[in-house]
Amino acid sequence: MNEYNFAYLDEQTKRMIRRAILKGLAIPGYQVPFASREMPMPYGWGTGGVQVSAAVLTPEDTFKVIDQGADDTTNAVSIRKFFEKTANVAVTEETGEASVIQTRHRIPEQVLTEDQILVYQVPIPEPLRFLEPSEVETRKMHALEEYGLMHVKLYEDISQHGAIATAYAYPVKIEGRYVMDPSPIPKFDNPKMEMAAIQLFGAGREQRIYALPPYTKVVSLDFEDFPFEASKADQVCGVCGAEDSYLDELITDDEGGRMFVCSDTDYCRTRQGNIT
Amino acid sequence: MEPDVLEGGFCNAPIDAAYAFRAAMNAMARPGQIETVAGAQPPGPLSVSAGVVILTLCDPETPIYLAGDHNCTQVRDWITFHTGAPMTGPADAIFALGKWSDLVPLDQYRIGTPRYPDRSATVIVEMDELSNAGETLSGPGIETATNLSLPDRQRFQQNATLYPLGLDFFLTAGDRLAALPRTTKIAGVS
Repeated sequence: MNEYNFAYLDEQTKRMIRRAILKGLAIPGYQVPFASREMPMPYGWGTGGVQVSAAVLTPEDTFKVIDQGADDTTNAVSIRKFFEKTANVAVTEETGEASVIQTRHRIPEQVLTEDQILVYQVPIPEPLRFLEPSEVETRKMHALEEYGLMHVKLYEDISQHGAIATAYAYPVKIEGRYVMDPSPIPKFDNPKMEMAAIQLFGAGREQRIYALPPYTKVVSLDFEDFPFEASKADQVCGVCGAEDSYLDELITDDEGGRMFVCSDTDYCRTRQGNIT
Repeated sequence: MEPDVLEGGFCNAPIDAAYAFRAAMNAMARPGQIETVAGAQPPGPLSVSAGVVILTLCDPETPIYLAGDHNCTQVRDWITFHTGAPMTGPADAIFALGKWSDLVPLDQYRIGTPRYPDRSATVIVEMDELSNAGETLSGPGIETATNLSLPDRQRFQQNATLYPLGLDFFLTAGDRLAALPRTTKIAGVS
């Protein structure tokens, strides 16, 4: 007998979150307010993603958690253990084995399938927040589809840096209607968002849930003369040699030594296994 | 209150509701996909799948409107006992339940506001049958196109024009359910 209710949350909380998820799926890209609960971890450690995962998990699921692509960082390990203990679900580090993947700031390199669900941890769900601090105003801007300010911001990037310098949390437009924050994933991952899996976004501190059904149209904002570019470090992985995967830069000594390695640890390990 | 109404709820609420929600979410995320659910044995005329949806999503925070034959003592008592959801009229309903002919016209339900399009009713339509034939659907959640037997075309098309406002639907028949969110575009019969 487990001393927790299945997946930690009480049933009424799960119903409230589940209703928010369904409305989120019905209005892709729109941020649904929900009564976020205190979780046994601090805000900023994925409480939104954890609540969404708790509402979505079934006992048959296989759960994977990644933090910046890695399965073995503190945040990923502790959330994985949390659901091992409270929901008694199987866990995995293999992307292909997982039915529910909770992620902080990356989309796995391996293409996700219809049978998978990707749950994002979101710090600031409102893409306009750094341009307009008032929730009353940003809500009105979404209602009126008034997104000129976001284009001004991207234009200022170009006028200052000669290119759109925004490299992560790159704003996207959903089905030609809502501008959405894809969470702080690198813009390299933006094109992957038109996928076969269901994508759910949870922001615990900010109390918002939003969602993308499979195959929803996701367009990264840009200009005709400055088109969107899914950029990454112009290197290959120093461990597995991948040319197509998003790379982290690691400092290896105090004499300027550095190397680039895949940020997706499962992808890198799988490739290493195939090479040897 | 008849003793029968105490029966027919989830045997293991957290687990049954988790599986039921997965089915409901897959249906809403992939309009036209028909899911099979289990766990509820509601009194007639309520179908198993409509009963499962109500047990999974309704509680004292969600007023329900029962239309037509569904507004009967057994159904009201069963929902009240198992979920605590209050009964209400169409204008205040978060969920509306009944046969299509009893649920129309659709303009009596809440469609949300421009600032809060999520504050809209979810309508559970009890159908005799559900099959992947009939109207052609496209939109978010559908790779190219799919088909679903809908009880109406014009009213659903009308609802879709309200986007981002509008109603979202569950279609239930026996132990099967499908969903039709406001984003789905409906073309003719193929």
